[in-house]
Amino acid sequence: MSEEIIELKGVKKLYKLGKLEVPALRGIDLKINRGEFVCIMGPSGCGKSTLLNILGCLDRPSEGRCLLNGEDVAELDDDTLSEIRCNYLGFVFQSYNLIPQLSVVENIEIPLYYQGVSPKDSRRKAILLAERVGLGDRLDHKPMELSGGQQQRVGIARALVNDPLLILADEPTGNLDSASGKEIMSVFKELHASGKTIVLVTHDENIARYAERIVKLKDGLIETDERI
Amino acid sequence: MIYFSFHYILFRTVVMGFRSLWLHRLRSFLTMLGVVFGVASVIAMLAVGEGASYVAQEQIRKLGSRNIIIRSVKPPLEQRASVERSRAIEYGIKREDAVRIRNSIPNVEVIVPNRIIRDIVWNNRWRIDAQIVGTVSWFHQMRKLSVIEGRYFTEREVDEVKNVCVLSVSSFRALFPMGSALYQSIRIGSSYYKVIGIIEDEDTSANIQPSSSSGILLGPQERELSKERVGQSEERISALKPKSILAPPASYKIYIPISCAQKRFGETLIRRSAGSFEAERVELHEIITVVDSEERVEEVAKIVEDIFQKNHKQRDYEIVVPLELLRQAQKTKQIFNLVLGTIAGISLLVGGIGIMNIMLATVTERTREIGIRRALGAKKRDIVIQFLVEAVIMSGTGGIFGIILGFLIPEIITYFSSMPTIIQFWSPLIAFGISAGVGILFGIYPAFRAANMDPIEALRHE
Ligand SMILES: Nc1ncnc2c1ncn2[C@@H]1O[C@H](COP(=O)(O)OP(=O)(O)OP(=O)(O)O)[C@@H](O)[C@H]1O
Ligand SMILES: [Mg+2]
Repeated sequence: MSEEIIELKGVKKLYKLGKLEVPALRGIDLKINRGEFVCIMGPSGCGKSTLLNILGCLDRPSEGRCLLNGEDVAELDDDTLSEIRCNYLGFVFQSYNLIPQLSVVENIEIPLYYQGVSPKDSRRKAILLAERVGLGDRLDHKPMELSGGQQQRVGIARALVNDPLLILADEPTGNLDSASGKEIMSVFKELHASGKTIVLVTHDENIARYAERIVKLKDGLIETDERI
Repeated sequence: MIYFSFHYILFRTVVMGFRSLWLHRLRSFLTMLGVVFGVASVIAMLAVGEGASYVAQEQIRKLGSRNIIIRSVKPPLEQRASVERSRAIEYGIKREDAVRIRNSIPNVEVIVPNRIIRDIVWNNRWRIDAQIVGTVSWFHQMRKLSVIEGRYFTEREVDEVKNVCVLSVSSFRALFPMGSALYQSIRIGSSYYKVIGIIEDEDTSANIQPSSSSGILLGPQERELSKERVGQSEERISALKPKSILAPPASYKIYIPISCAQKRFGETLIRRSAGSFEAERVELHEIITVVDSEERVEEVAKIVEDIFQKNHKQRDYEIVVPLELLRQAQKTKQIFNLVLGTIAGISLLVGGIGIMNIMLATVTERTREIGIRRALGAKKRDIVIQFLVEAVIMSGTGGIFGIILGFLIPEIITYFSSMPTIIQFWSPLIAFGISAGVGILFGIYPAFRAANMDPIEALRHE
């Protein structure tokens, strides 16, 4: 297995708005190694989310190649991409994206559900992860009954439940106050310490400090790429 | 970790579907109602239709599906030569017609000449105005009438012109309200007959009686008694007239050997009405031709028709083919079912559109959930199944409640109108199948719409 989990080669992304073509990414070359904690920064509209979606196999580049673990994502069909997301990726969203009618454990279980894991096993694993993010006493609560920070911890637990190769987080602290933000970031730090590969998008310099590598984007291009 | 099969995943999807429908119980319930009423009306209407056609077919079947019934019919007035105030006319089936049928058609099994006569029957002080049927020993078998008590008369008794008779249930009840009739004597006209059995009533609604109206029979050898009998008949007519409006007086039947009927009653019928005097001469009122197999019934019926056309100048007979009636009844039933099916189809269509409408709303409402599930690894197929299952649960549950309701409605109809209803074993199956099918048909578009959403767009959806 190669050290590089992700390799982007000349990735471009164009959005067509009627006749107008909006270039969100204009040629990105990026390699991310196993175990790295990468932070993507940049002004609003520079293409951070677009890049993360491509890394997360939710979107395909208009041009260029995106190799995930050595495989070209562009050549894979929709079902295979779903399988990759299901088995190798974990998403953490800015707005948590929990399903409101499901309880905390049930939300954490979702990726296992699509893996076809037995209810008993997935329940056990979900409880384990809920405990790990400090929500062992809130298992049957609905997302609405939790604070923002707690909801985000559910989101992280859900991203971890399938033992992902790569965790992708799009402004995970964007909706949180600095205290809960710090809490969340300590969870990420812990994950990184345990050897997970993390790609995190943020605006916040303080958050970026947790990472070991900062990639700055501007107008769809990489401006700087520095290791701390 | 144990990984589960597709069936198991489907099972969990069903549980999930029930949960999310339960979340919007009122909405789901209202949507289901469309299917409930659709399915209930299918079953109820089919049950009512089936019951009605069963009654009709049963009546026809009682006539015998291999039988061809030929009846004497009084020709209409215009066709008769002249209108006199008092005259004697002769019409109807002749004995030689029966002989001709027997001789020219080899496959005819039995020919039963029936003589039907109206007369007063007495048991001491009880009396009824009955139809006296002169017939042969196997008549009840042909008509599928079961002997309730005693026995039917034998061939031997017919040959020997024995004064025996068999009562129909209704005439038994009217003549012997106090109890047992067997081996008692009753008086028919001026002769006494021994009751040897009681048989089931014939189905009167199938219109198998000849259209003979009030009148009495006078045998040529009984002319000397005519005065007395005519007097009697007047008395009887005046006595029974008000009643006869309410109920046709011909429903009482008494069966005697045909030989007795011919010997004792002769063949001339005298009718007195509004001062005019008419004598009718009818040799045979009704004969039945039994064909050896159902396939040949129509063919034989045609030959019989030809024989009669050749030998009768006027149309003083009618040929009834129960099998044809049965086929017509079945055809009517088919058309009926088709119409019902269309109505039911439309009502289910409406129910299905309701489901589609709600599913589309649900999909829009849960766009974000779809995006989340897709991002977390759900395939398009998983999303399709999820929403399809919800649609099918609604239509299927609706179908089950519809079946329950569909079983209740015919019960209620039967209870209040005493109309028979029959629920065919396949009708709830079909109704349920169709309702599930409706769920799939109308759920498939919203489900695919959900599955084909762009996950990123869906995630961004507010
Ligand atoms: N679906 C879309 N259709 C058209 N244009 C789009 C679409 N998504 C993004 N864009 C455009 O692509 C560019 C990059 O968008 P992106 O969401 O990646 O920015 P971002 O860096 O994540 O910004 P923010 O920090 O505000 O989240 C923007 O100019 C945006 O207008
Ligand atoms: Mg963004």
